[in-house]
This record gives sequence, C-alpha cells and structure tokens, in this order.
Amino acid sequence: MNGTAVLHSIIDGVLTGSVYALMATGLTLIFGVMNIINVAQGIFVILGAYLSYALSVHLGIDLFVGLAITIPTLFVVGIVVERVFLSRIKGPERVVMSILVTYAISLVIEGVLNIVFSANYVELHAWYVNRSVRVFGIYLPYIYLLGFALAVVLLGALYIMLYRTRFGASVRASLSDQTSAALVGINVRRVSTVCFGLGVAVTAAGGMIYGATNAFNASSSYDLISRLLVIIVLGGMGSIGGALVAGIMMITIEDLVSVVWGPVWSNLAFFLILVAVLSLRPQGLFGKPSVRVA
Amino acid sequence: MTTLLSVDRVSKAFGGLQALDECSLSVEKGSITGLIGPNGSGKTTLFNVITGYEKPDSGSVSFEGAEITRAGPSKVFALGVGRTFQITRIFARLTVLENMLVATQRDEGWLRGLTRSKSSKSELVSAMEWLDFVGIGRLASQPAGSLSFGQRKLLELAYVLVADPDVILLDEPAGGVNLTLINEIADKIQSLNKSGKSFLIVEHNMEFVMNLCDRVTVMHQGTDLVSGTPSEIRNDPLVLDAYLGGGDVYETEESS
Amino acid sequence: MLKARNVWWILALVALVLFPLIETNPTYTTIGIFTLIFMGCATSWNMFSGYSGYINLGSAVSYGVGAYTMALLADHLHVPGNGDLFWLIPVGGLAAMIVAVPVGLVALRVRRHTFVVITIAIFFVFQLSAINFSFTGGTSGLQLPLIPWLETNYNKPFYYSALAITVFAALLSVAVRRSRFGLQLLAIRDDEDRAAGLGVKVFAVKLAGFTMSAFAVGMGGALYAVFLGQIYPQFVFDPIFDISIALMSIFGGLGTLTGPLLGALVLESTQQYLTIRFSNGSLYLIVFGALFLVIVLFMPQGIVVYLSDWRSRRAARRVEGARVVVGEAS
Repeated sequence: MNGTAVLHSIIDGVLTGSVYALMATGLTLIFGVMNIINVAQGIFVILGAYLSYALSVHLGIDLFVGLAITIPTLFVVGIVVERVFLSRIKGPERVVMSILVTYAISLVIEGVLNIVFSANYVELHAWYVNRSVRVFGIYLPYIYLLGFALAVVLLGALYIMLYRTRFGASVRASLSDQTSAALVGINVRRVSTVCFGLGVAVTAAGGMIYGATNAFNASSSYDLISRLLVIIVLGGMGSIGGALVAGIMMITIEDLVSVVWGPVWSNLAFFLILVAVLSLRPQGLFGKPSVRVA
Repeated sequence: MTTLLSVDRVSKAFGGLQALDECSLSVEKGSITGLIGPNGSGKTTLFNVITGYEKPDSGSVSFEGAEITRAGPSKVFALGVGRTFQITRIFARLTVLENMLVATQRDEGWLRGLTRSKSSKSELVSAMEWLDFVGIGRLASQPAGSLSFGQRKLLELAYVLVADPDVILLDEPAGGVNLTLINEIADKIQSLNKSGKSFLIVEHNMEFVMNLCDRVTVMHQGTDLVSGTPSEIRNDPLVLDAYLGGGDVYETEESS
Repeated sequence: MLKARNVWWILALVALVLFPLIETNPTYTTIGIFTLIFMGCATSWNMFSGYSGYINLGSAVSYGVGAYTMALLADHLHVPGNGDLFWLIPVGGLAAMIVAVPVGLVALRVRRHTFVVITIAIFFVFQLSAINFSFTGGTSGLQLPLIPWLETNYNKPFYYSALAITVFAALLSVAVRRSRFGLQLLAIRDDEDRAAGLGVKVFAVKLAGFTMSAFAVGMGGALYAVFLGQIYPQFVFDPIFDISIALMSIFGGLGTLTGPLLGALVLESTQQYLTIRFSNGSLYLIVFGALFLVIVLFMPQGIVVYLSDWRSRRAARRVEGARVVVGEAS
C-alpha cells in the first residue's frame, strides 16, 4: 500500500460512486414520491446494460449513442410497470407489498434475460473502455471519466427538472407530503407514474456504465440492488441529496478498504458501515427523523 | 389543593419554528383544567412533551412531584398520565375488547406479558365495565376499525380509563362530534371528576370549556398567556387580543 | 367436546404423520422434509413479522447461523455420524436466538420501512462473512459427518424432526397469539406510538418477538445441515430463502396461524414440483415470479382470508336465496 494507490482508489471511488449515486437517486425518488421500495431497480440496471449490449453487438451502435434509445425504452418500461402492477397496490401494508411485487417483477425479468442472453458473463466493449489517460501519475480509464461526466449531466438535468420546472415543483410537493400535495390540486397519480418512469430511466445510463466496467449477467442484479438499498437508507430514504453523498461516499470507502485490507473485505465494510451509522442515526445521514405523533 | 402535574418553562423548537417558548402550566389535583389558544399556539406540542412523545429543548415536567421530563410514553402512562389524541387513534385490526386489554396493565414488565394470557377475569370485567360506562359495551367483539368516528372517540376514552390514570389529557374531545355526544362526553368527564380524576383538556368549543373547567390556561405563540377561572378568562383583554388580533398567529401551522 | 376446527387440525397432523409410512419414495419424502422445514420457519417468522408488521427480510440469518452452528459443533465436538447429531438441533436454534439479540438491537431502532432494508443489509453482512472467513470454510462451505443409514429409511428421522419443529412453531405461535405479549405485538402493528402511550414497552416487546422467532428458524437451518451433510454459504444464507418465507406467509395470510402453514405447504411443494418439471431454471423463475405477482396483486390478504371471505359471501348468498324463497311463499 502506498499514497498513490490510496489516492487512486479515492479518485476511482468518486468516479464510479457518481454512477451509483445516479441509480440510487432514481430509487430514492421513487420511494419518496410513491412510498414504494423498488427492488427491481437492480434488474432494471442489468436490463439497461443488456440493451446497450444488444445495440452495440448486433447493430454496431456506440454505447453512448445507444442511450438515446435505451433511456426512453426504460422510461416506457417503468411507466408500464407502474400502470399495470404498482398502481394496484393499496392498503396498510403498501411498502411491503411493493417490495414483493417489484421482487416478483425482477424474477420474471431475470428469467427472460437468462433465456435471451444466457447466464454467461458478458462485458460491453468500445474503444474507450480499455484505454486510460494518465493524470498526475495515475492511470484513469476513459470509461470512468465518461461515466462520471454522464452521471453529472443526468443528475444536473434531474436537478433542473426538479427545481426549475412546474412539474418539478409538483414532485417536490409530493416528496414532502402526498396528502397535502393532492389537496392543493396536484395530480399525485400522474406525478407518481412519471417519477417511476424517470427513476427507472436513469438505470439505462447506470447500466451502460456498469456493463462497461464490470462483467455481468442477470444475477448481478442482487449485488446491485443490495448496494443501492444500502445507499438510499444511509442517505435517508427519500432524500435525493442524501443518495448522492452516500453513493459517492460508500463506493469510495469500499475502494479504499479494498486497497488497504483486500477486496474480500470491501463488501463487508459496505454493510457494516450502514449498520454502524444507523445505530447512531436511525433516520440515516440526511433523513428527517420519523414523525412520531399523528 | 395540591399540584398534580406541573410544566415549568418548557421550550421546544422544530427547525426554525419555536413551537413552545418557556411555557408553564399546572393541573391541580381533582381539577378540570382547560387549555385553549389559537391554532398553532402549541397546545398539541405541549401534550406531546408532557406524555413523553417529544423531548423538550429546555424546561421540566413533573408529575406528583417527580420529574418526568425525559421519560418515554410508556413510562409516563405507567405513572398515571393518560392521554387521547386529536386525531383518534385506535387499533383498527383488533376487536374493541382487545383494544381495551392493551391498556389494562399500565405497569407490567414485558417479560410478564409472555407468560400470562391476554386477560385475567378481573381485567375482562373492568374492561367491559368501562365500555359500558362510555356506552359501547355491545360492540365489544367488533373490529375497532368498523366503529364510527364518535364511537372511536368513546373507545379511546374508555381504554385510557381502564388503566386507572390519575390525570387524563384530552385533545379536542368535542371536535367533530354531534351535540348529543358532546353533552354525553361532558357528563362522563364530570362524573369521572367527581370520583377523583383530574383532567387537562384542549378544546376549541368555548362553551364546552367554560362550562366544564375549574381553571383555564390560554396559550399564545408557544407560551402561557394567562391562567384563571373561566369568568376571569372571558373578560381578559389579552385573550381577546390573542384570538382576534395578531394576524401572524394563523400563519404558523401546528406541527402535528 | 371437540370443536370442528380442532378436528381438522388433528386430521391434518395425522395425515402428516402417516405420509412417510405410506409414501416411501425418497424423492417425495425429501419434498416432504423441505416443505415441513419451510412450514416451521414461515410459522415462526410470522409469529414476529406477521403479528408486529415488522417484515424481516433477513430471516436467512437465523437459518444460516443454525446450519453453521451445527456443522461447527459437529466438527469441534467430534460427534459421530449417527443419531447423536439430532440432539444438537436445538443448540442451532439457541445460537440463532443469541445472534438475533444484537441484530435486533440494531435493526429494531428504526421504523418498519427502513427495518425491511436493514434486515436485508444485515443478511448480506452474514452471507459475505461466511464467504470471507476461513473458519466457515469460505465458498466451499463445511461438511458434516455422514450418517450411514439405509437409503430406504434414511429420510424418516429427518421428516419427523421437521414435523416436530413445525408443530413446535405452530404451538408457540398459538400461545403467543393468546398471550398479552401477542396482543402487544398486534397493537404495535396497528399503531406503535399509541401502544407506547398505553404502557406497552414497544422496544422490549419487539426485541423479544424478534429473538423468539429466530429459534425455530435456526432449528430449521440446523436440520437442513444434518440432512444434506454439506453446507455452502450461498445456500444457507440465501436471499431467495428470505423472500420465500415472507411470500409463503403473505400468500397464506399474514398474521394468521393457518396462513404460513398453508402458504408454505402449497408454495414449497409447487416450487419443488416446478423445479422438477422445468429443469430449465430460467423458465422456472418466470413461472414462479408470475405466480407470485398474481397472488400478491389479487389476493393481498392471503388465501386464508380470501377463502373465508368467499365462504361467507357464498353463505350470505344462500341466506339471501332462502329469504327470496320465504318471501315467495308468504
């Protein structure tokens, strides 16, 4: 272990962490607006990755150009899933039911992906995937930098959408209190559907970067969803800022642990940090404390 | 008269909002004390602080001379402070009788609960007595979720009573119920008071408060403005000012 | 006098006792063993999660701890490969309970939505630990002493042990439901803050329920380990186990006694059947997932409630019909 390796892992962590932050933002947005924990987020990421894979292998479309197809596709998938399945969930156990429904959806998608693409691991290829640029004596793969840039652009777009548009105001109102939002005339149903679509659409971008930096198959979704859940809980469920900070922080720490103690410990550190943080702050880093009365 | 419950200069802020600001209050043993004030003056927050749902930033709460400022809800209840909520809260998927049994043993070790059945004979009898007292005994085996709004209010009163608390905090007992029921509730409170129970009542229905209470405290912007007998309060210029003047009052929302 | 409902329980128990005596094909008795293990685990899970509404999606932690305790004990105590191993099964359950205390202390500090996610995270801590540490044998797992019994009778002791665990879990579940403690768990499910305001020591009650429910699940894991003679971290700490247990209880009826028993009976045997029928694992995932979706969306209260509603609707129709007849006659 030396200083350069540590610095390297921090930079890597921030670059890849931003992509996780993007995917987690989608997840936390869905929870905040709809009270739904979308455990299918992991398989949607993999679905996005496979779509990019199919476009690049069969049609020769560049990974980034392909996003113009995959992002809208997953947006539509999200809308359909919300309309057909999630809008039917009602009653006092809504959150739990949402976990089960989205888990069932992810099982079906996993089965379909296994049949279409087989269970063999694949990777996305492009000229920028295997080349690096040297900055201050550190080699940085182009794909990390491009992924970071993509995450920043999309998060920026999401920010503008949320804070500079009329629709964004409705979303933020629904995030803080659905009942009040409905009372002031916001169509919470439509906001929910669109938010689910958006939350799923970002996985297309996340999936493409994930597929370009990791070999994956359909079961990689378990690893992904467990990380994403940890990130949103740590950031405070429903807090978008929290998801951003927690995403970058967790992946950076994971990379650091991997360099300092070895890769087998990095996964464990990831979950242990969550347990430690929640013992001290049950509402997560940026979450509102749970309202106790009425 | 001795002081049963006393609140001493309690403050509580939520973010930038000062919900309680050096608020003091006392409930004498055997009295019915009214607590009135405009919306957002901090009445429900004060209830939450007294009953252990919120911890105050400063100040203290004591009950029968012992400090209970930092005690949690179950501890405060065990000591003998019962409470109803503004928005009635019952256990919707339990039967009416089971609702009563949740509260029957207010101070029991949790381990004891493992080894005993849901209810002893005497507990069942007293649960039924209180249900009959409020007039919903015939609904004992119904799921509580099927009760009407008024019946829920009565059930909530009954299951607070079954544990035999010394003081009962009622948050808008007359809110949203019809006139017949309001009178019925007032009668129940009076007869309970005669048998020795003390009350602290938050209510917007002035007639209800003025007829029922021995003393009234008026809250305004998180603090106690004046305290006195109903007739003193009625003629106090400060009270009129708090209700009619000070336009900013209505802009601060109650945090509940 | 026996009530009609009790007669059904006794008949069901007799059928379960007789099953391996009549059906001796090991393929089917093996399905029976797994089904019973799941029935016991789901019932025990439901005793906490169903009653309190705190959905634990990390129950495989208890299952895995039970299994590993078994394997490690057998190894360290040099237990010979004979019936002695069975006496260690309750120790597996106890170990699961001991582990559940610190887990509960962390996980139960938060409200139910976050609780679900934290149990998943804690589950992964255990799975990854089992994979990473050397005393657990890493990815190659651990072996238990082989039991040299004849193949024809091999399954029977396991079957009856699984049945005993299930009966134990069911009796405990009934006892809890009838106790004040059970009533407090149900009150927590409906309105935790209100329960606290009526003197219920909510944290202690939740922790006690969480810990108790780990016992039978741990024994299930321990039995699994003895039965297969070999455990792997990814199979005893299995995310599918977490979700299956929850699904079975919800399918049958969350918070009811019959729900998890019936849910596990139907789903585990179907699952085993589908695995045999669709040797293609992916097709199996699709069928299982689709089935699961239909159940959750159309029978969200579970089949027990669904069927009893259906029966009372039918009875209501019959009464209605009778009234029409009476009306015509008069």
